[in-house]
Amino acid sequence: MSDVMNTSLFPPELLRILFTLVCAIVIVFGNAVVMGYLERKLAGRFQRRPGPMEVGWHGILQLAVDGVKLVGKQLIVPKQADKVLYRLAPIISFAPAIMPLVVIPFSPKLQGRDFDVGLLFILAVVAINVLAILVAGWSSNNKYSLLGAMRSVAQNVAYEIPMLLTLLSVILVTGTFSLRGIVEAQSGGAWFIFFMPVAFLIFFAATLAETNRAPFDLPEAESELTAGFMTEFSGMGFSLFFMAEYTYMFIACSLTVILFLGGWSGPPLPYGEYTSALWFFAKVYALLLTMIWIRWTFPRVRFDQLLNFCWKYLVPFSLVHLLVTAVVVKL
Amino acid sequence: MTLYRYLAEVIFFGFIVLILFGGLVTVWSRLLMHAVLGLAVAFIGVAGLFFHLGSPFMAMMQVLIYVGAVCVMLVFGIMVGHSPTQTDQLRWSGNNFLLASGTCIAGFVLLTTTLIRTQWTAATERVGDFSMQHLGNAFLHEFVLAFELISVVLLIAILGAIIIARPSQESDPS
Repeated sequence: MSDVMNTSLFPPELLRILFTLVCAIVIVFGNAVVMGYLERKLAGRFQRRPGPMEVGWHGILQLAVDGVKLVGKQLIVPKQADKVLYRLAPIISFAPAIMPLVVIPFSPKLQGRDFDVGLLFILAVVAINVLAILVAGWSSNNKYSLLGAMRSVAQNVAYEIPMLLTLLSVILVTGTFSLRGIVEAQSGGAWFIFFMPVAFLIFFAATLAETNRAPFDLPEAESELTAGFMTEFSGMGFSLFFMAEYTYMFIACSLTVILFLGGWSGPPLPYGEYTSALWFFAKVYALLLTMIWIRWTFPRVRFDQLLNFCWKYLVPFSLVHLLVTAVVVKL
Repeated sequence: MTLYRYLAEVIFFGFIVLILFGGLVTVWSRLLMHAVLGLAVAFIGVAGLFFHLGSPFMAMMQVLIYVGAVCVMLVFGIMVGHSPTQTDQLRWSGNNFLLASGTCIAGFVLLTTTLIRTQWTAATERVGDFSMQHLGNAFLHEFVLAFELISVVLLIAILGAIIIARPSQESDPS
């Protein structure tokens, strides 16, 4: 090992880290562009209008133009805001969004790093986002922002419980926290969605709430709170939040695919060790489209309905599910 | 080996700097929110140290519980009552001063005696099972009593919160 490191100018491990990070950032930006376009186009279709049509073929370059506009915009800091934290908040939200992509197994050979505690890594890193939302809401010194941030915390803390309980059911069966191990446990079409459909539904509902998506988008409810915790942010501050949000959605859907839909598994492809990532992305985008579909179909819930739904339905169901899974595993 | 060794050292001292920076912000900031966020930075630094010592599980738990739960709760409590322009003054009244210095000295003495009396072995020379399975066994078999007793601390915290939050008897008109 040692002489290889000394003679080579770029040691392989460092190159690997660099490559992984570049790939992660490419995925973050690519996903934000694709999702931004899909969301606007589909929102238009759901409302019987064409959506963006002007820039490029069927408005396909709309996001590039929007990006240029956002980069060019002035960054406005409110007068009574906490200047340092106001500037830091979008960064605190965006930085942890990149990290989970390192441990997600896209295909048997496309994974930044396999961790024995990969699942915990994602949960831990994503938890920092709540802090970012709180900091954003507080430092803007705006009532809408503050209310949005407070709603976000109540919602995130509540929905984390059913999410973790359903995760635990899957972990009981697989006996590993490694994301690759979980995918391999479902090889041969034995996806967990077939064995525990209830857990899948609970998990998906919880991820909708965790990523602040409609019908649980109370932290940024446009009609009551302007834009919630990001009301005061302009230009790149806003677009960092925007990209972080789409990345968190991507991560949530990737986790759902890994836990319940068999990860990369699907009909065999040539060079399957790499190309089976196509199945992974197909499943993830199917779920993401479902999220968009839900957003433009269901009305927003009230806050008491939101919390009731969690504590009175999701938590008891996931507890019973965990118990049943434990009994079945022990039998 | 050498390059990786240097990198590891750099990262290690990076985490140390992070912890010190977070700690100093926590102590010196006159804005409560900055203090809590400094604490969060220090916690992340500690998680980095756990990672460096080859225990990713502990690192993840450190981030998940201390940054993701404890700091979020503290920030949540602060944002209800403090605006970004409001700073707190130092209060060196007799009782405060005595209690604060007493707690600090007690904590310092406790930590230093433990530090001095423990036989430290280098992490690289230490052999043993540090897997999650081992941790789980230790918590739920060997040290189950201590593990359960620690959770009593949480109960006390909840009781304390209720007592503080409850309106006092004299000011209550009903």
